Amino acid sequence: MDAILLQILNGLDKGSAYALIALGLTLIFGTLGVVNFAHGALFMIGAFCAVTVQRLLSFSFVTIDETKTDFLGNPMKVKTPYLESWFGPELGASIIDWSVPIAILFCIPIMLLVGYIMERGLIKHFYKRPHADQILVTFGLAIVLQELIKHYYGANPIPTPAPEAFKGSFDFGVLMGFDPNAIIYPVWRLVYFGFSAVIIAAVFAFLQFTTFGMVVRAGMADRETVGLLGINIDKRFTIMFGIAAAVAGLAGVMYAPINSPNYHMGMDFLVLSFVVVVVGGMGSLPGAVLAGFLLGALESFSSMNEVKALLPGIDQIIIYVVAIVILLARPRGLMGRKGVMEE
Amino acid sequence: MFNMEKRDKKLLIIIAVLALLAPFALNPFPTDSAMAQFNAGYPDLMQRFVIFGIFAIGFNILFGLTGYLSFGHAAFLGVGSYSAVWMFKLLSMNVVPAIFLSVIVAGLFSLVVGYISLRRSGIYFSILTLALAEMSFRLAYSVLTPITNGETGLQVYTNDPQILMGPDSPTVTHLFGLEMRSSYTLDIAGWSFDFAVGYYLSAIIMVAAFYLSIRIFRSPFGLMLRAVKSNQQRMNYTGLNTRPYALAAFVISGMYAGLAGGLLASMDPLAGAERMQWTASGEVVLMTILGGAGTLIGPIVGAGFIKYFENIFSKINNSVLHEWFGFLPDGLENGVIWVLEHFVGSGWHLTLGLLFMLIVTFLPGGLVEGGQRIAKRLRRKGADDDDAPGNKTPAE
Repeated sequence: MDAILLQILNGLDKGSAYALIALGLTLIFGTLGVVNFAHGALFMIGAFCAVTVQRLLSFSFVTIDETKTDFLGNPMKVKTPYLESWFGPELGASIIDWSVPIAILFCIPIMLLVGYIMERGLIKHFYKRPHADQILVTFGLAIVLQELIKHYYGANPIPTPAPEAFKGSFDFGVLMGFDPNAIIYPVWRLVYFGFSAVIIAAVFAFLQFTTFGMVVRAGMADRETVGLLGINIDKRFTIMFGIAAAVAGLAGVMYAPINSPNYHMGMDFLVLSFVVVVVGGMGSLPGAVLAGFLLGALESFSSMNEVKALLPGIDQIIIYVVAIVILLARPRGLMGRKGVMEE
Repeated sequence: MFNMEKRDKKLLIIIAVLALLAPFALNPFPTDSAMAQFNAGYPDLMQRFVIFGIFAIGFNILFGLTGYLSFGHAAFLGVGSYSAVWMFKLLSMNVVPAIFLSVIVAGLFSLVVGYISLRRSGIYFSILTLALAEMSFRLAYSVLTPITNGETGLQVYTNDPQILMGPDSPTVTHLFGLEMRSSYTLDIAGWSFDFAVGYYLSAIIMVAAFYLSIRIFRSPFGLMLRAVKSNQQRMNYTGLNTRPYALAAFVISGMYAGLAGGLLASMDPLAGAERMQWTASGEVVLMTILGGAGTLIGPIVGAGFIKYFENIFSKINNSVLHEWFGFLPDGLENGVIWVLEHFVGSGWHLTLGLLFMLIVTFLPGGLVEGGQRIAKRLRRKGADDDDAPGNKTPAE
């Protein structure tokens, strides 16, 4: 029982990332009708926002400390971050320590802007083109973004640690009444799950309880009629694209401590999140979230040793197997709406 | 001859002549000149041109004719490579059984994948092929290690059975004794031309594959596939089951991919799982679209274009750039180089991505359409506004 619970918990963080990316993909598909293969790249840009903020905050000047010497006998060069000299060593160090959460504030405007530019500059011209063209052009864009990041940040993963307060792990078992040390779970992953739950709730609340969201939902159901009522639906859909980009970016920022960002992480997640979207049902927001968590949990279940002994290699392919079965058995996915991308 | 239209015959002859004379055509600059880095006439690169040409021609039979966008074709190439290397391990280093087996195995595998994937169309088909190919890639890396040798890649070892191996048979890949890597170098006044056996074998197979694709394009079967692309629903309403046709196209293109994989392994008896990754499938999609999907010549143009620029662009580094722009004033020189260095060397993929976006946006017909537009404009200028009806039919 505790082993199963542990696997569910392990699946949560990956599942949260899948759910957030798939949510953004579905928002874009449901509003603009565009299949965005560059969405993984947006997730990656978010992660690199965290890297950039950390680098900016720990930007330092070099002083020579005469009292200490390095191993060659020369006076040692000491790097002091500007922040520590401005705010005093303690406050400065703790600001640097909290760089990942600070990056969230920095990431939102950047991702909104990136999304806005992407939609106005490129995607706008592809509304009327076939889905294959949309896939191809956004695939090209994803390559471009990925190569730019590789050019400026190098090809190696960049470790981006979480704040000291969230490091270490947390004994979940005691809380649930199991033996101590039965279920140990890294704190940051729990934070990630909570964070993504908040984001998902915020997106749903925004769509459900604001006038703007109501108009967007109406536009998703029948774009033409909303347009005929004198509402500029295109402008709102552009904003929704920005929001979807921001959701992917936030997923990326918070994911940076879990997996050191590298330039191809977007492509790695892209394939899986497409599978998630399709399993959830194209155009269904709750479907995307449900499928994200479901597949994340399934993936970690199948990596249990008992399961692997039964079916070797299943942990590598479980997501694809599930996707294939669902696609063939339920053409609309788990919660797909009728008439959306049904063939 | 060959029972073909005049236009197609001309095209086939052009391709055949180009393929035979490639060692000359791709080596326009003397070996010692500064421009020698733009030469592409060495066997390794020329082999890649024709082998990926075969891969793209096959992909085009599926995507260009039926419109089904498969994102998993690299899996067939990988399977082809694996089966070819197994033939080298079990029988002998002769390439003939290897290439045969790779085509057959890839065909069987694509039959299975196609049977499953073709139950859906549109984006669902793309996702299904992607999922199946990614599955085989992952399995090749993990559980199937006894067959694929995992991350190390499959290769021939000296203690392999090789039952057909005589005491004096060559230990490198060969065609009945003719070694693949042997080549003849012709030196003429500063130029040096390589004629490699491996290249010519691949080139002859490519010309044959191209001929077959012309026949498919012009056959009633090809017409049926085009009908599937333009309106599948109407085809179904007329009481015709389109799935067997699409499946046949899928299997044919899978066999082409297997052939390319077998040839890759014949040139260099090594097979790795990374050949099956979905980004490798993306590359053949890029080639086909870049050249012009649905045209006969497009995929070959695209494959050659991408492989050529991949090789040439990635060789240009900062010092080469400094050499070129040394005549500019210092500040300007650094500025120009700062911009250009994004696009060359390891940044070549950036150029490819940008180019691809531009082509998809402005030239949906690919480079072939671009060429046709230019040719049309030139012709119109020559003959004023005498728009002959022949000009309007696209030359495929």
